[in-house]
Amino acid sequence: MNKTWNNGAWFMVLPVLLIVALNAVVPLMTVVNYSVQETFGDNLFFFEGARWFRDVLASERFHASLGRQFVFTGIILAIEIPLGVAIALAMPRGGIWASVCLVLMALPLLIPWNVVGAMWNIFALPDIGLLGYGLNWLGFDYNFTRQPLSAWFTVVLMDVWHWTSLVVLLAYAGLRSIDDSYYQAARIDGASRWAVFRFIQLPKLKHVLTIAFLLRFMDSFMIYTEPFVLTGGGPGNTTTFLSIDLVKAALGEFNLGIAAAMSLIYFLMTLLVCWLFYTLMMQGSEKS
Amino acid sequence: MARIDLDHIRHSYLPHPKREENFALKEVHHSWEDGGAYALLGPSGCGKTTLLNIISGLLIPTEGRILFDGKDVTTLAPEARNIAQVFQFPVVYDTMSVFDNLAFPLRNRGMRPAEVTKKVTEIMEMLELAEMAKRKASGLTADMKQKISLGRGLVRSDVNAILFDEPLTVIDPHMKWQLRSQLKLLHDRFAHTMVYVTHDQTEALTFADTVVVMYEGEIVQIGTPEELFERPRHTFVGYFIGSPGMNVMPVKLDGASARIGEQTIALADAPSPKPGARTELGIRPEYVRLGTEGMPVSITKVEDVGRRKIVHAALDGSDIAVIVGEHDPIPGDPHISFEPAGINIYADDWAIVSGAAQS
Amino acid sequence: MLELKTVAKAVGSETHLSDVSLRLENGTLNVLLGPTLSGKTSLMRIMAGLDRPSSGEVWFNDRNVTGVAVQKRNVAMVYQQFINYPALSVYENIASPLRIARTDAKVIDREVRKAAELLKLTPYLDRVPLNLSGGQQQRTAIARAIVKNAELVLLDEPLANLDYKLREELRAELPKIFAESGAIFVYATTEPSEALLLGGNTATLSEGRVTQFGPTVEVFRNPVDLITAQTFSDPPMNVIEVHKSGPMFHREGTADIPVPVAYRGIADRDYTVGFRPHHLSLKKVDETSVVIRARVEVTEITGSESYVHLDYAGVNWVMLTDGIHDFDAGETIEVFLDARHILVFDAEGQGIATDGTRLAA
Repeated sequence: MNKTWNNGAWFMVLPVLLIVALNAVVPLMTVVNYSVQETFGDNLFFFEGARWFRDVLASERFHASLGRQFVFTGIILAIEIPLGVAIALAMPRGGIWASVCLVLMALPLLIPWNVVGAMWNIFALPDIGLLGYGLNWLGFDYNFTRQPLSAWFTVVLMDVWHWTSLVVLLAYAGLRSIDDSYYQAARIDGASRWAVFRFIQLPKLKHVLTIAFLLRFMDSFMIYTEPFVLTGGGPGNTTTFLSIDLVKAALGEFNLGIAAAMSLIYFLMTLLVCWLFYTLMMQGSEKS
Repeated sequence: MARIDLDHIRHSYLPHPKREENFALKEVHHSWEDGGAYALLGPSGCGKTTLLNIISGLLIPTEGRILFDGKDVTTLAPEARNIAQVFQFPVVYDTMSVFDNLAFPLRNRGMRPAEVTKKVTEIMEMLELAEMAKRKASGLTADMKQKISLGRGLVRSDVNAILFDEPLTVIDPHMKWQLRSQLKLLHDRFAHTMVYVTHDQTEALTFADTVVVMYEGEIVQIGTPEELFERPRHTFVGYFIGSPGMNVMPVKLDGASARIGEQTIALADAPSPKPGARTELGIRPEYVRLGTEGMPVSITKVEDVGRRKIVHAALDGSDIAVIVGEHDPIPGDPHISFEPAGINIYADDWAIVSGAAQS
Repeated sequence: MLELKTVAKAVGSETHLSDVSLRLENGTLNVLLGPTLSGKTSLMRIMAGLDRPSSGEVWFNDRNVTGVAVQKRNVAMVYQQFINYPALSVYENIASPLRIARTDAKVIDREVRKAAELLKLTPYLDRVPLNLSGGQQQRTAIARAIVKNAELVLLDEPLANLDYKLREELRAELPKIFAESGAIFVYATTEPSEALLLGGNTATLSEGRVTQFGPTVEVFRNPVDLITAQTFSDPPMNVIEVHKSGPMFHREGTADIPVPVAYRGIADRDYTVGFRPHHLSLKKVDETSVVIRARVEVTEITGSESYVHLDYAGVNWVMLTDGIHDFDAGETIEVFLDARHILVFDAEGQGIATDGTRLAA
């Protein structure tokens, strides 16, 4: 849009620009700097070119954690998006119960991430935690600190518990914005509940769900605190996702160059996937 | 197609209505003929949409019953009533093609594909939608979308009634003309019972054979457009129908004559209003003659609205609107006279005498 | 005075306005008449300074204000939606522009009460907008625009969301209210009848162009081209394509239409003739009236008048006539065209003057 021009506006944006610069650009540049150098401490740096990038891309460890990352993100998206929409559909459309539901739904979102990890750690402990004890009592052999399957189950369940609410709230807002006459027309046309969902609710939810999808993708792709507190990436490396691996490389092993190269690859990947999803989904809606 | 009986219907949005003013819809008791074109006309908040929702089944009335062809449908859901409805804002299924939109109600009822195609094609021809059968419904203009909503009602041969809830609100004036006359043609052709809710008198009068005028939750008059124009039973009908509305001025009744200040007008009958009632004379601007004979007036304003002029004249403190032709002259010494046939007398807003003594 | 000099506006590859030049004098009411998407709102946004034109200039009182932001101009706007501050009383709503301008409290009180009186809001000053009818809410918005004492007041279809009768009332009051202020009023509408009732000047818009600008009744009676005539006609204008030969407009299969005396001198060639629905009637009003035998398609009755849709040898016309006439569909009836009021356009739709030259806007 060709809006009326006012140079004064730049002064309003300036503080934000400065903060963004300090917050994002400076660290990013530091990372770029590290990613092409080798250091042995004492602030001595040697230029290494693209060596760390080659190393990372060829490393089996990186491939493994990347694979785990995609599987995890895929699983939680496949659960949270449909589940969130289903809960939103089941929620009352108005009145006091709608408010109660909304508050209940918002609760998990208000809990700090490390607290969520700690809560679930205690909750899932096989000897004293309600979940762990209960599952074992029911006859399941469950121990998230020893068995990879139990660990994955717990991590996924925790994420679903923590974040499905976000999808619910977005979908609920989307559903509320559909005019009543659509439902009335559908009833008059004799549409089934499924047809109402398929031809009215889903098309109208498309944009909201795109946003929910992107938010959940980005967040889960960068997940760190909760699984770190819960499992520490174990047992073995079975729940070591990309960012956990990154921190291990940077702080645990002090491979600054490798870690920097990893973070850049990681960053570019997230950016690429988001851009891809967004263009694909928006293209579909423009054609119609 | 069905005859609709509204049997002593009252409705309140409160859970336990006690007083008369708690009711959004006061006593409605009428029968609407099979195949009739009805309009519910009134300002916002008059109860017309409430009544429409009771007919469509979106609301269950607090009191009374509604019958389609003698069958009680009061508690039946909309889908069980076999009705169709066109809303104020066009409702189309965005992801479907125009064809699929029209086929939707038929497919939902399990009609065989060959029959669906035949029926939908026929209706699309009639609504001049055939060329865009394969287009997605979401990109179309508002008038096209309204045609589609109408089409979804017309494809069903079993509909008892087609209801319209201010369907032309979002349509441009030129398209309004086309859609309105097309609707009238469709009614002539199919003879569906149609109920049309609007606040626009032109839409109501041109569409309907019978217009139901509503005011503050009550039906104040039911009649043909002509009756509503010539013989408004209530001053509200006089005001609401016609543009500008009826001139209403206070008069003193004296036997078979009415007195406005110095002037006396002979009436057809000697009315006998309740003692102390507020008596008024109503006459439409179309029935006031401007000339050099009759009651002297002073002209306060002349509005040239293209095909005619609206002259505002002051008569004994009342503002009288007069309609004169596009090229008619305005006399220098203006007088007005009332056409006897256009005179109505009201006591406390309800008509007591219509017409005047023939002179 | 507000002056637009060859203003154009394009967004991407879409043209919203092209070559708009207008001069609006102080103390006038100016109607922008055109269908949806004809450019009324785009034009208003440029007048207000909400958007910058792609090319051309906007001058206000001999000062170039192209690109000067809306905050720096003295402009008020009223929209189709009733926009008021929901938490403030009617009084505070009306007072809000004066409070922002840090006007003296006594002056505020005087101005608010004056505007409220003018718009019949005095009994409702303590209420909040949500407890008012739509008409009163829109009156509040208009009062706020008036009290601001703006030099330019823009109203974008302000009555479109109101009931028919409320519209009629406000429409009758608005010219009086406007007359009290010396500002330039610009009023956008899609309805020809609204333009006629408001009076003042009218600019007709079609596809981003101003097709004609002048006193409202003048534009209505003497449109310079077919587009203007059709934009300013409700019910739609009746048209027929004819060939002039001598004193007659001729068309195969239809009755000859006598060329109005004043037009006798124009060249013999193809023309489009237009006339309004009320110039068809059931009575012969003049010697030159043309007898038309046409088939009735549908009749609409308004209580005092009838709109009869006619098919005349394949041409669709509407007759607007006094009284109730319920003809059967398919019936052939005899009607009369008052040929004195026909408008003549050339094959490209340009209006033709009596000397045969094209009319200019």
